[in-house]
Amino acid sequence: MAAFITFLYYLMVAFFAACFIWNFRRSRNWQSEVLYLIVLLPFLLRLFRLK
Amino acid sequence: MKNQLIRRKAIFTAAFLLVFLFSGLSFYRSRHLKEPVVAGDGLLEVRKLSHYFPGLRGRINDASVYILGKGTTGSADGAALVLGGSHAEEPAGRLAAWLLVENARLERGRLFVILSANPSASTSTRPGGAYPPDYEIPTPWGRQKFRQGDRWSNPLDQWPDPEVYIHYPSRQQLAYMDIRNQNRTWPGRPDGTMTEKTCYAMTQLIIKEKIDLVIDLHEAELQYPVISTIVAHQKGEDLAALASMMISGEEGFNIGVEYSPVALRGLSHREIGDHTQAIPLLLETPEPFLDATRGRTDRALLLTGKDEFVMKAGRHGLLFEKLDENGWPIDVRVGRHLSSIIQIFKVWTELHPERPIQMENVPRYAEVIARGTGFYLKNPDLAPAGRLFYE
Repeated sequence: MAAFITFLYYLMVAFFAACFIWNFRRSRNWQSEVLYLIVLLPFLLRLFRLK
Repeated sequence: MKNQLIRRKAIFTAAFLLVFLFSGLSFYRSRHLKEPVVAGDGLLEVRKLSHYFPGLRGRINDASVYILGKGTTGSADGAALVLGGSHAEEPAGRLAAWLLVENARLERGRLFVILSANPSASTSTRPGGAYPPDYEIPTPWGRQKFRQGDRWSNPLDQWPDPEVYIHYPSRQQLAYMDIRNQNRTWPGRPDGTMTEKTCYAMTQLIIKEKIDLVIDLHEAELQYPVISTIVAHQKGEDLAALASMMISGEEGFNIGVEYSPVALRGLSHREIGDHTQAIPLLLETPEPFLDATRGRTDRALLLTGKDEFVMKAGRHGLLFEKLDENGWPIDVRVGRHLSSIIQIFKVWTELHPERPIQMENVPRYAEVIARGTGFYLKNPDLAPAGRLFYE
């Protein structure tokens, strides 16, 4: 059960990471762009099992 | 305008990749740092915990078990298990265990040592705690680096946490994150979480190897009342009391005795005593690095134990152990653990001459303070064949 929940969790992390990258690409406001990248960092660190 | 936008995004992306690579590499190196162990003459064998419970095979917590003795592993003499790194952020326990493996010689009995009882916990640091990823101990041949670690198993290895952690088998409700706390998951279970499986494997080791004594090495914040003490299961009350007297009389420092509360579940000093034949004892030394009111949380604080803010808490009567400008250096803390182990074995052998554990060549409190912990660490570059291992 825990393994299944962990799998769903990583899917969720990947989904939100993709959302942040998508929003970064579409944004025209430099402050929003910086914000998306800052928020993206911990998601990628978890997705790549670094932290 | 469009070119300007593309250029800005490219600069931001490059800056992001730089930060990601820098932080990612730092975390990766910390998690995969290899800590050398040069086993001494007393080593008989190194096994994995999966030898006692195959369910751990291939997992990060399949810890190494160093077996020290004389002759064979199947002696009728006494046997002890020393656990370092149950809480990886308490380095004196790991370092004391390190010095045992690298220096101890057993004249009678067998000594099982696990340097990293929760290897997963040694690969992460506390979120928001600003912990250093590692620290170095100076030695006559250079500096040896160790992982800092955390109190709990790395969430990369065990996730998710429940809303409430229900301890097995007592069903006592504990804090959610303590399902990753090595000292809240004893005696463990074969179909539990990784941390529970690790405790189960060690419980199997204790039963199968007929271990008489388990010594779990810890450190505590000075604002915690259980400090500078031996916590003993009721089976080990006499042993702990006598050892405390011997330590105070012969080793140059005082150590108290606390009795393991019957209603507090999951701890080594309670569950090992209740579920196996062994007598569990838990040793605590002071570590100001763990205090909530500490100042800058860096390597210096970890190794010197000097902190003006914790000292100020002491002036307000908030500490359960003294703290002055001398701090609590790592050598003092490691020396306390080693002298305590020496005296516990001595008292055990006097009380149980039919199951003796006689250990030699382990530095005592005064020697570790005089020469430093690093003096007793062996140079991995000069390790004899077959004696070099990594944690």
